[in-house]
Amino acid sequence: MLILHCPYCGMDVDETDLHGGGQAHLTREGPGSTDAEFEDYLFMRENPKGVHFERWRHVYGCGKWFHAARCTNTLQVFGTYPAQTLEPPKEICEAISAARPGWSWGAFK
Amino acid sequence: MSEAISALQGRVTAGEVTIREAGLRGMITLRGDLADKQLRTVCSAVTGVDFPGLGKANCDGQKGLCWMSPDELLVLAPYAEVGEALAQIDKALTGKHYLAENVSDARAVMMVEGAYAREVIAKLSPVDLHPDSLAPGDFRRTRLGQVAAAFRMQDEDTFEVICFRSVAAYAFDLLTASAGAGRVGHFR
Repeated sequence: MLILHCPYCGMDVDETDLHGGGQAHLTREGPGSTDAEFEDYLFMRENPKGVHFERWRHVYGCGKWFHAARCTNTLQVFGTYPAQTLEPPKEICEAISAARPGWSWGAFK
Repeated sequence: MSEAISALQGRVTAGEVTIREAGLRGMITLRGDLADKQLRTVCSAVTGVDFPGLGKANCDGQKGLCWMSPDELLVLAPYAEVGEALAQIDKALTGKHYLAENVSDARAVMMVEGAYAREVIAKLSPVDLHPDSLAPGDFRRTRLGQVAAAFRMQDEDTFEVICFRSVAAYAFDLLTASAGAGRVGHFR
């Protein structure tokens, strides 16, 4: 059972109140992109055993999207943050570094 | 105009915890900038209650304001007064980016009243209903069993449950079953 903190409602909500939206921080490639970039955007995903960044929607509650940083191995949640960002906030990265020194995920570390 | 009737027409299942359909209730969904001064003023003027904080509801009888999301508010009013309230909101917010809609006929309201009302809800919803986490005046938008619902804790023994009209019978039966199964005794 996963319990995540909804940054909009300011409360901890159960996984069954949420809907998973897959990997966070994707770059949406448009018509100007190369075939390889577009393929990456469409099909290529991280599949880590460890630190991962995901999109979640508080579907039964406020209906807003937010991001979560968690460990796919232990289900430890490092933090959640609003989705209006291109990269994880500093305090989230610090929380991960404290628990998983030397972590990296895509371009983030 | 045809005569409006509520989803379950006041159905009641009496017991140690009584489930009662509350009949026709007026509701307005209001979306907009909740920090906007005019919006806050007109909402309070229409209902006569203070603007609610995050996860809270302020109610006085059938009038009230419930916090739904960072940009959504549920305005409660007596069924007959909704049109007037909506007109007042529309007038106050003219020219702003907002949406206000009368959703009274799309919803059903049920009262859960009795000694272990807290447990009746706790059995059906993933929300933390421990007395340390949920107190009278709190409002949660979540699910009951298989359907979306919201509830407001009115006082220690009373909850007001709001759900979609189309699932009113399911929600009522669910609450009745939960109440009928008796007390768990988990919250002390």
